[in-house]
Amino acid sequence: MSRTPIDIPALRSLVEDDRVHRDVYTDPAIFDLEMSRLWSRTWLYVGHTSQVPQPGDYITTDLATQPVILVRHTDGTVRVLMNRCAHKGAKVVSSPSGSTGRFFRCPYHAWAYETDGALYAVPRHQGYEGTRMRACEAGRGLVALPNVATHRGFVFAKLSDEGPDFAAYFGESLSSIDNMADRSPEGELEIAGGVLRYTHDCNWKMFVENLNDTMHPMVVHESSAGTAKRLWADQSADLPKPMAVEQFVPFVSDYQFFDDMGVRVFENGHGWTGVNFSIHSSYSSVPEYEVAMKLAWGDERAAQILGTARHNTVYYPSLTIKGAIQGIRVVRPVAVDRTVIESWTFRLKGAPDELLARTLTYSRLINSPMSVVGHDDLHAYRAIQAGLRAQGNEWVSLHRNFDPAEIGQRDLSTNGLSEISMRNQFRAWVKFMTHQEKQP
Amino acid sequence: MSTADSEQNLIRFVLREARLLDEQRYEEWLALFTDDGHYWVPLARDQTDPVLHASLAYEDALLRQLRVERLRSPRAFSQQPPSRSHHLLQTPEVERMDVAANAYVTRTQFVYTEAQGDAQIHLAGTVFHTLAVVEGALRLRLKRVNLLNCDAALPSIQLFP
Repeated sequence: MSRTPIDIPALRSLVEDDRVHRDVYTDPAIFDLEMSRLWSRTWLYVGHTSQVPQPGDYITTDLATQPVILVRHTDGTVRVLMNRCAHKGAKVVSSPSGSTGRFFRCPYHAWAYETDGALYAVPRHQGYEGTRMRACEAGRGLVALPNVATHRGFVFAKLSDEGPDFAAYFGESLSSIDNMADRSPEGELEIAGGVLRYTHDCNWKMFVENLNDTMHPMVVHESSAGTAKRLWADQSADLPKPMAVEQFVPFVSDYQFFDDMGVRVFENGHGWTGVNFSIHSSYSSVPEYEVAMKLAWGDERAAQILGTARHNTVYYPSLTIKGAIQGIRVVRPVAVDRTVIESWTFRLKGAPDELLARTLTYSRLINSPMSVVGHDDLHAYRAIQAGLRAQGNEWVSLHRNFDPAEIGQRDLSTNGLSEISMRNQFRAWVKFMTHQEKQP
Repeated sequence: MSTADSEQNLIRFVLREARLLDEQRYEEWLALFTDDGHYWVPLARDQTDPVLHASLAYEDALLRQLRVERLRSPRAFSQQPPSRSHHLLQTPEVERMDVAANAYVTRTQFVYTEAQGDAQIHLAGTVFHTLAVVEGALRLRLKRVNLLNCDAALPSIQLFP
């Protein structure tokens, strides 16, 4: 329960330059405001065009807890529709994915819609003659989101007309998506291998912040990655290093490694760790793949693409990606203390299967509900969710490497251990939580 | 027929395998597998490929050893307090008994419970044990755990269903 009236000054008072008040993680009223403001005025990841290749193909998901459909319309474009019958409000489709042909048909009273949302037919329509039905929302059909943008197959939507346009919102941060797609010899990605869905009983921000929290891996993952390192050290030296060992061991690199990685942040909360290199930089090469990349892109460009091995890029607030291994994690907030994390993987078109096997191995080892890495991360988030109830200190410290000169910068790179990515996210948080349209 | 591969012994093996897990006799449990054996929890119903499709778990000897060793680590923070497991099994059915091919498969319905502190989760499903006789004893080549809700959003599952 909120202890303060949540007007704009109250929201501003929750975020200081170098720390945030606990209520941002624990107050259900603030969660509701996040959904209606931050998560409505910003561009959210919906899905990938490869999931809906043919007209009528659709997936369903939630944006800011609201049910939506991503569908390929008959004209070949992708549309994002509210999954809510214009009549009595039922979700029109309930499967995670499917193909609807030319029309959606509500399972309750058979109202039918075209794949751009337009109302196509209503049974016994004579009953509406002389009524206001056609002239109001009901007659307009499924609500189609006007703000939809696609970048290299990644479909984003903005729920509100408020907030920046797509290019201004993401700016140069899109280079991480570009790098992932460029890693395909054909320059194209395709969702493959299924989705791991992991319920996190914690606030969504704890997960998003952790992606670029470089002070935790050597502590939190000592029991998993550290054990993998030790077990492997016991093996005979002439054994080929398994993919799992290659992927686990860098988690327990030392502080200097993560500091040297570097971090770069952009306005609106985006950013990545691994400016210079990352835990993904030293994976074994796949010769057949490298040949295909050189043929497709030329030696120099191929080396540049493969040499860009960033750690995590956060597309605030809904998407985090690992371009270097073609995996993404999508944040689906459910309640103030409940979040579902979806882990999707991509096939690089034109690349050997080994690359898909690599990203799937990583996702299974790190992102599965059975992951020994994920267990300890989630334990930390749950511990925060519980610990923040304690009195005597209502603030979460984000002081590491704080420099007043960082405030207001739109693009900044610094040492990897800095907590700047979290401060930067909260600056965007304040911006979109308190944004007011110009008064007439 | 050797004594190792009688139907009764296949059933006994399955029951013992679950018991070793629930009594946390992990070293004995690890020794049940063949050198190339796998522990597999598929993500999809009827999944055939553990490599080019995601799984909840697909563990060879090294990864099984890792999960077990980690449980003993004082820094396994998510194991404070430690989890406990309970396998409730229906009588295993013998699906395949091919002495010539040294290939045996059992199918067992289960309810799995994992408890930690005040929290408890329940999972239902079907487990398939693919067994072979190695040096006179039955060994596990594949333990495949088909969870009924394999494709649901799941909480942490920390031990071995």
